[in-house]
Amino acid sequence: MIEIKDLHKSYKMGSNSLHVLKGINFSVEEGELVAIMGSSGSGKSTLLNILGMLDELDEGSYVLDGVPIKNLNETKAANYRNKFLGFVFQSFNLINYKSAMENVALPLYYQKVGRKERQEKALKYLEQVGLKEWATHLPNELSGGQKQRVAIARAMAAEPKVLLADEPTGALDSKTSYEVMDLIQKINDQGNTILIVTHEPDIADMCKRIVHLKDGVIIEDKKVEQVRAAQYV
Amino acid sequence: MFSRDNWKEIFETIQKNKLRTFLSGFTVALGILIFVVLFGFGNGLKNTFSKFFEDDAQNIITLFPGQTSKPYKGYKSGRRIEFDNSDLEDIKTNFPIFLEYITPRISRNGMVKYKNESNNYSTRAVAPSHQIAEKTIIMEGRYLNVNDIKGKSKTAVIGRLVQKDLFGNKNPIGEYIDIAGSAFKVIGVYQDEGGDDEERRIYIPYTTRQLIEKNTDKIDQIIVAFRPELGYAGALALDKGITEFIKKKKYIDPDDQNGLYVRNVAEGLKQTQQMAFVLQMIVGFVAIGTIIAGIIGISNIMVFVVKERTKELGIRKALGATPKSVISTILLESVFITTVFGFIGMIIGIAILSSMGDKLKDRFITDPYIDMPVAIGATVLLIVFGALAGYIPAKRAARIKPIVALRDE
Repeated sequence: MIEIKDLHKSYKMGSNSLHVLKGINFSVEEGELVAIMGSSGSGKSTLLNILGMLDELDEGSYVLDGVPIKNLNETKAANYRNKFLGFVFQSFNLINYKSAMENVALPLYYQKVGRKERQEKALKYLEQVGLKEWATHLPNELSGGQKQRVAIARAMAAEPKVLLADEPTGALDSKTSYEVMDLIQKINDQGNTILIVTHEPDIADMCKRIVHLKDGVIIEDKKVEQVRAAQYV
Repeated sequence: MFSRDNWKEIFETIQKNKLRTFLSGFTVALGILIFVVLFGFGNGLKNTFSKFFEDDAQNIITLFPGQTSKPYKGYKSGRRIEFDNSDLEDIKTNFPIFLEYITPRISRNGMVKYKNESNNYSTRAVAPSHQIAEKTIIMEGRYLNVNDIKGKSKTAVIGRLVQKDLFGNKNPIGEYIDIAGSAFKVIGVYQDEGGDDEERRIYIPYTTRQLIEKNTDKIDQIIVAFRPELGYAGALALDKGITEFIKKKKYIDPDDQNGLYVRNVAEGLKQTQQMAFVLQMIVGFVAIGTIIAGIIGISNIMVFVVKERTKELGIRKALGATPKSVISTILLESVFITTVFGFIGMIIGIAILSSMGDKLKDRFITDPYIDMPVAIGATVLLIVFGALAGYIPAKRAARIKPIVALRDE
């Protein structure tokens, strides 16, 4: 599903440049649930942003579902993001003047799905995350966990190849974190490929594979026995 | 770009961001409103100026006799010049292609009596065509005619206020009034838009006046009307021609400024129109300034709006919004708001102007109005520049990487 070879990325900070990713080789199969771990500054978010086409790589190659991702213009990147990727952010990033349902329907709007179908699909995904009765509520009327579930429903609504989550539980307490992880595991059980950036070991243990980043290189890449979040809920 | 879905998305955004919508809408509406009202007032000012001249015909040259200030051809200076009937005939025969009509005027003040009522009025002895020159409007009866002139009849046309003073509500037609000792039959009542003074006059045949004054043939003033199609240049040429002719006939030094006075309405009218034009230019300048201020206002708001929405746009881009759709979202929203509020401002402005009418007449503003193309043009200008002003920040916003936009808190 994802093939990364010899990936380099550096940021210019004034006159000196900061080499963040120093040759990453990494691949993900369909249906995997991968945790990318590392302390802050290890380059894990940068990796996720490049995977999410939110940022460009300097060197190396990136192939997503057989499509080489390089030299994308903005429009093409937008179309690929819309078609291939779903995003879940630490700070939820819901549009605050749109209801839960409208937020979930937004990626479908950019897929040019008709209005009616959009609403039906949005409701379907909200139901999956257990928030159907909250469909008409605005984000500020929802709790943090609910917001993140809406964000997950939104990421899933476009039926992406890969779901990318950047610290999805970073702003949540542990109980809510486990609820969200339970939801992510269930989505993974249905065969969806998911990548999660996190620095919390207990969250990482709930994935099937852990990739450790340190100073811009992978120092460890291991399959783990998945801890089911359901038992904590 | 213009699908129903897009509009729905835009309407929702507008509805849910009422303050933002109101702020930008208010700026635009106010800008257009002030523009329309100012421009309308400018036109009202121009109207007032043209009205000053409207109560008299505008193709008039009036000749006044003066007193010479230079000796010429054996005549001493200080000689009083007088016009007589032959001058009328000479002007008629010498300038036939220029002339529309010509009339003398002999003005006298005197006591006018009817039964027990009496008052002092100015009496003008004239020819029938004086009616056109003065734009006298007959309310009842008739004006002087050729037969009155030929027959030197003692007939009088009195002003509306003369009737009011002397006759009250009584019908004056056919009654006799006493003008400086002679009985005149009232044959008509007139009104004049030139104000009260113009309606406190009495018109009698000039021949009658000359008969009363010991059968003289002297005239006070000569009023010459030129053909309007001659235009301003023709009027000046005629003015010059007649001046030269009269000066020659009356033996006045061509350089003597005091022997003969000529007043050319066309000249005064042109000057006044120029002044009104300058005034309108100034008002127009202020109005255009308002529009520019409006454009700057809407630009500021657009920059603010885009800044405020940076994160939202980042989210949209992460969800698959193309740069084009980001730009069109912002632009359509701004164009929609400027269009709706622009036309609201325009309509309110026009409503204010049309309700004004004569209310500000004392302030020299009469019937302010604005031509629809000007009003619509200004509105469209604001819309276009509003869109342009929105396009630049929108384009910048579309180019921001979603990752940067998402970091924006």
